[in-house]
Amino acid sequence: MNAFNRLLTTAAISLAVNVTSFAVVAETPANMLVIANRIDDITTLDPAQSFEFAGSDVIRNVYGKLVNFDPLDLKAGYQPDLAESWTVSEDGKTITFTMREGVTFHSGNPVTAADAEFSLRRAVILNKTPSFILTQFGFTPENVAETIVADGNTLTITTDKRYATSFILNCMTATIGSIVDMKTVMENEVDGDMGNTWLATNSAGSGAYKVQGWKPNESVTLTSNPDFYLGAPAMERVIVRHVQESATQRLMLERNDIDVARNLNPEDVAGATAADGVKIEDELKGRLMYVSLNQKHSELSKPEVRQAIKYLVDYAGMRDSFLKGQYTIHQNFLPATYLGASDENPFSLNVEKAKELLASAGVGEFTIEAGVREAQDRIEIAQSLQNTFAQAGITLNITVGTAKAILARYRARELDVYIGAWGPDYPDPQTNAGTFAYNPDNSDEAGATGLLAWRNAWDVGDLNAKVDAAVIENDRDARVQMYLDIQSEFREVSPFAILFQQIEQSALRDNVMHFSTGQAITSASYWQITK
Amino acid sequence: MAFADNNGGGRHKAPLELWIRATFLTLGSIIVTMLGLMFITFIIGRVMPIDPVLAIVGEQASKSTYDQAYAELGLDRPLIVQFGIYVWDVIHGDFGKSLLTARPVADDIARVFPATLELATLGVLIGIVLGIPLGVVAAVRRGSWIDQLARVVALVGYSMTIFWLGLMGLLVFYGILGWVGGPGRVGIFYVDIVPSVTGMILVDSILDGNWDVFKDALSHIVLPASLLGYYSLAYISRMTRSFMLEQLSAEYIITARVKGMSESAVIWRHAFKNIRVQLITVIALSYAGLLEGSVLTEIIFSWPGIGSYITTALLSADMNAVLGGTVVVGLVFILLNIFSDLLYKVFDPRAK
Repeated sequence: MNAFNRLLTTAAISLAVNVTSFAVVAETPANMLVIANRIDDITTLDPAQSFEFAGSDVIRNVYGKLVNFDPLDLKAGYQPDLAESWTVSEDGKTITFTMREGVTFHSGNPVTAADAEFSLRRAVILNKTPSFILTQFGFTPENVAETIVADGNTLTITTDKRYATSFILNCMTATIGSIVDMKTVMENEVDGDMGNTWLATNSAGSGAYKVQGWKPNESVTLTSNPDFYLGAPAMERVIVRHVQESATQRLMLERNDIDVARNLNPEDVAGATAADGVKIEDELKGRLMYVSLNQKHSELSKPEVRQAIKYLVDYAGMRDSFLKGQYTIHQNFLPATYLGASDENPFSLNVEKAKELLASAGVGEFTIEAGVREAQDRIEIAQSLQNTFAQAGITLNITVGTAKAILARYRARELDVYIGAWGPDYPDPQTNAGTFAYNPDNSDEAGATGLLAWRNAWDVGDLNAKVDAAVIENDRDARVQMYLDIQSEFREVSPFAILFQQIEQSALRDNVMHFSTGQAITSASYWQITK
Repeated sequence: MAFADNNGGGRHKAPLELWIRATFLTLGSIIVTMLGLMFITFIIGRVMPIDPVLAIVGEQASKSTYDQAYAELGLDRPLIVQFGIYVWDVIHGDFGKSLLTARPVADDIARVFPATLELATLGVLIGIVLGIPLGVVAAVRRGSWIDQLARVVALVGYSMTIFWLGLMGLLVFYGILGWVGGPGRVGIFYVDIVPSVTGMILVDSILDGNWDVFKDALSHIVLPASLLGYYSLAYISRMTRSFMLEQLSAEYIITARVKGMSESAVIWRHAFKNIRVQLITVIALSYAGLLEGSVLTEIIFSWPGIGSYITTALLSADMNAVLGGTVVVGLVFILLNIFSDLLYKVFDPRAK
């Protein structure tokens, strides 16, 4: 839908809504939740493989984990779930979980330590895309028989070295930490796939809901588990319908055919705000927008120039115009709501200060090339930067290309400037610290394309050691302080200008209570919802 | 006698030989066309600037993960080898697995194509039932208000974007008046109620004798089908008018009128009879266009058809799905062409 069409449609819908009212229609049933969402990213419902947003939403509601986030108190961090308690060995390498008694899977099979052992081993052995979340602790298909071991009612995991307990447990809250019903899964094994094919479209969990059906690009239907150990959910049926268009989602919401619309564009959010019986809820998500400067560039590698660039960004101007409602200013690599997140945002547009910094570095006018993917919001950010950079004598040439083309150049360290987005992989600060502020070998030969610091040829210096130290710090408060310190240094010296953090705006019928999309750290949950 | 026998045998064999020859030629042209279609789609899929590997591993993946996925997709092999393997698999009914749905593409197509077939068939029926009479009347009463109306209908159909018209239709008939069901094929209470036999809910609900589902499905399909029907109507009525005008100015029509034949006989038994063959082409083209997938209509009405399936796959670099969908759409085009040819022979003795 092009901008003109969108404008025309929004104007027409708004006009029509203002001059008339929608036909009075019945609400969705009190025990049913109907959500409109874009779910065309779901490729599988196997927790050992799923790595997409909509799939994670489903899995969070279907599977229990050793530890999990409470949707009504996400700030509290991980809480006991299928593991009732845990102890950590003296050397910090072994965690022993005691399983909760009396919990059953949807099949009626009891949840045991053997199921937890099977689930974690399975995720490592299958080695699908998200498996790195577990294998980063030294688990391999060859050693899982010794490192992930069930004994009676306990499960013991042994890591290759000492890590912060909070790091390990945060990772256990990720989708890949889901505990599957071993017996049911293995009954459906085909050609040694450990049930991977079957679990792609079925479920074998112990969570609040079970999957009744998933039709790709059409709908996911969940039915409640009346024996859920936290109590039977109020919503006995949850239907997530794939509705691509924002305007269509809004119409369905205002017609009472759905309870939640998750993909309204800013125009439709503004329109829905005025509708009767509809409320808008904002949640911060994990996605960050950033600008990075290649340290191979002679001018951009000067500390004063890096600082100057951070003063040449019109943060507020962008937030209040084309990013309105979708992004908030955030200048740290840990998204708000993450452990150790900082709310310090010291930079604002200050062309005079930027000019002083450039002058002190002895830098005159120069030209740089920025690579940006062909996404509307990123292009608009690039154009804003082009304008503000020019005010300090920096000519920014924008190269717009496909993801393939731009990323290839970024990974090859060829771009002067990259304007892009980054989303965390799992709900622990290490996920972003380990890529923005960590680069143990800055040589071209290292080829560490997974590290953003390497992609920008930035030798992070002593930050390597600080990131390494934070990842093994067992005192949670001390660990928080370490990340705050790392981010403070990072803000000042790094070649990254973190710009914005994404806001997800959901529109709900006003009788829907306690809806949570999981903020930046987890996914949407439905079991706490009431109407 | 032997000579006569030979002659007689030759006369008997000739039509059979011709028939076999024609069948082989048709089959040959289908195979060559399909191979060409697959080859072009395959090459476009490989050279387009979307990376199927990135679609799987994500942009944050390390180089080793990327390389592993690259090899698993067989992208490290020569292009012609990749194509050969693909064709071999397709011959065996294997279109590969979709990256997006993790299911066989053949299963996906079996699920989404009936949705489009149902919608497009209803759409083109509306187009035929309303478009042909409108075109005929417009031609017969050239310059009258009905001719002007037909022109306006056609003009609006040609110039109005389907996206805008679809959303306005939803707003008025669903949002404000509440006359029709909303987006989707059925309401939430009727999802998966009737067993899927044909994949077309209207047909399946009749087979199941479940009239509540039928009524609900009808209330959901009526708006998108009418929208498609309107665009089909605009095209068919315009072409019908044009064909009829050509016939009505022909000398044999004047002769028929001079002979005192009734006006309805002149119009329907003479003029209309002679445009049937042309109309078949127009209707077949219109139907094929709708079957190809009316992507925007499917998006607005959350209709899980083949158009939105191929488009989503294309944007996500899911090339197996794109190729599979394209091959099926290509096959539909070819089959419709063959069907049109057969109808030509029925309606036009010269084509026999």
